[in-house]
Amino acid sequence: MSKGVAITGMGIISAIGNTVQENYNALIQGKTGITPIENIATVHKVTVGEIKQTNQQLAESLGLPADNNYSRTAMLGVIAVKQAVEDAGITNINEYATGLISATSVGGMDMTERFFYDYFESDENHRYIHAHDAGDMSQKMAEHLGLKGMVTTISTACSSAANAIMLGARLIKSGRLDRVIVGGTDALSKFTINGFKTLMIFSDTYNTPFDNDRKGLNLGEAAAYLVLESDAVVKAQNKKVLAYVSGYGNANDAFHQTASSENGDGAYLAMQKAFKVSGLEPADIDYINAHGTATPNNDLSEGRALIRAFGNTVPDFSSTKPFTGHTLAAAAAIEAVYSVLALQNNIVYPNLNFKTPMEEFAIVPQTVLKEKEINHVLSNSFGFGGNCSTLLFSKS
Amino acid sequence: MANTYYISAYCSIQSGQIMLNGEEYFSAEGADFADFAKQAYKHGETDYPKFFKMDGLSKLSFLASDLLLKGRQPDGENNTALLFANASSSLDTDVKYNDSISDKENYFPSPAVFVYTLPNICMGEISIKHKLYTENSFFIFEAFNPEFFANYAAILLDTNKAENVLCGWVEFFKNDYKAFMYLVSKEGATEHTTKNIQTLYLS
Amino acid sequence: MEALKQELKEKIINILNLEDITPEDVNDNDPLFGDGLGLDSIDALELIVMLDKDYGIKLADPKEGKAIFQSIETMAAYISEKRTK
Repeated sequence: MSKGVAITGMGIISAIGNTVQENYNALIQGKTGITPIENIATVHKVTVGEIKQTNQQLAESLGLPADNNYSRTAMLGVIAVKQAVEDAGITNINEYATGLISATSVGGMDMTERFFYDYFESDENHRYIHAHDAGDMSQKMAEHLGLKGMVTTISTACSSAANAIMLGARLIKSGRLDRVIVGGTDALSKFTINGFKTLMIFSDTYNTPFDNDRKGLNLGEAAAYLVLESDAVVKAQNKKVLAYVSGYGNANDAFHQTASSENGDGAYLAMQKAFKVSGLEPADIDYINAHGTATPNNDLSEGRALIRAFGNTVPDFSSTKPFTGHTLAAAAAIEAVYSVLALQNNIVYPNLNFKTPMEEFAIVPQTVLKEKEINHVLSNSFGFGGNCSTLLFSKS
Repeated sequence: MANTYYISAYCSIQSGQIMLNGEEYFSAEGADFADFAKQAYKHGETDYPKFFKMDGLSKLSFLASDLLLKGRQPDGENNTALLFANASSSLDTDVKYNDSISDKENYFPSPAVFVYTLPNICMGEISIKHKLYTENSFFIFEAFNPEFFANYAAILLDTNKAENVLCGWVEFFKNDYKAFMYLVSKEGATEHTTKNIQTLYLS
Repeated sequence: MEALKQELKEKIINILNLEDITPEDVNDNDPLFGDGLGLDSIDALELIVMLDKDYGIKLADPKEGKAIFQSIETMAAYISEKRTK
């Protein structure tokens, strides 16, 4: 039986590093990327997972002309997607039927909010209007890669990148594509900072997933992409397989626009579906990279769903959001990269900032770096709108 | 494609008119969207007061989906996946929310508005109403893309991920709106092909 | 106090888009959440914004809302004690 869909390349930029290696180093050294905000002028005193490069620095690193119309989200996406394609050793992008499925929720909002009122005054920055749409950055990424195949954009809130990976895996399995680049990108913006503030689910310091006294999340920004290839391409090119996407599932929580249901119905169903696709049993899972946003609601709902799915023997689990912040539509993509790194290096990442077990249940996250044999990782991502997704990754 | 599927029902909503399976179901010409939506909701006799809390995109999607899903299968047993797309995401509500955070003197952003600044919330509303614990995904395209819908729905049905797929193109900005929704099933009169989808979309 | 209660009923119906409900339908001691008016967590956040905007009362922790928003009676009592405008 096939192990799943092969992952042959990865790229990432996040608050804890500009490359896969830098991200890995920060994870094993327990170095958080959460700091007071620097790149956005906001009245709110917020701590965020911010990439410490200005838009100008990002544009320069990509060699963009001064009159470019790249949003920050687009620049982060291009940086990560280029790394992924290079990592996969792809020199001729159109050699096989290749697609790009990119996730975003913020899109070009960072530029729109910056220039919104100027647009009425002068046409100096009108070029950014075309960059607002979520689909614009996917097109820009495709242009950078010279990709002529299918390009699409997915927007299902914080599970977006998981759904991009799921769709990519399916397109390979059904033979519609030979190769597909999947992932997501989201930059910080005033829009999301104010929005989450409005919902009163911000931590005023550092997020503490699965802690009884958790206050809420820190936002973050990131982009990450994976290259998925068919078994035929892997064989023909004698490709090194980093890991496999072995399972995936998506279900709706059918409960509330933003809140998760009390017992994590959607999360539980998504995990069940992923097990079914993979043929794996809960007992096969060695590590769970939890959604773990550190909001009171998510961690309770997700914890209960884990207990429903795994019984009393919930495997080692942790949330990596204390490292990166919650990177919204990119979250499942960066956590996919971390899941693959966990498989490659046989480690469980620490759930930073955890002190007090939750009073509602007995499970506690892994709080220090742990080395052990890891063959299968489960990664959860849940979005507003009740959109719950689970991915399973397996060792190559 | 391995199997043949069918479009078992379809509807469209635009310019104050609702068409169901090719026939006019309701119209209120000249009304703005809020007024039209309220009248259409009352006409449909669905008792669901939460409707009035929704944003425009969700109201539009809710009205269309309710026509196609009402009375089909018992709630909670309905394995209908949702596959939606549009061009401008949640732009209408995004603009409203942006206005509310731009005025420093009068800074009272509304949580109930922010909640709707994501396109897939409308699918959440439909899932809540019809107890659909099923797969749902929202895509952004420059224009209606029948081939993508046809492929994606076929994969979901081929791999038994769903019994039916509710496909929807839902576009909403200011008073400019269009919903085109159809149900893909294993039985029905119209064959589920890219060409037929396009024809119904334009009809 | 009676005037404030009436004002709150009108505001809640208006802000939370409660269709087909009139102030007369809401009793002072009816629960606002759960079985009563069926309000949810987002509605609670809207009420927190209303406290700030209309009465100059800032809540830092959404959990405080629970006790305050039990009924029109509890809301009116809290507002008349804490209001700054």
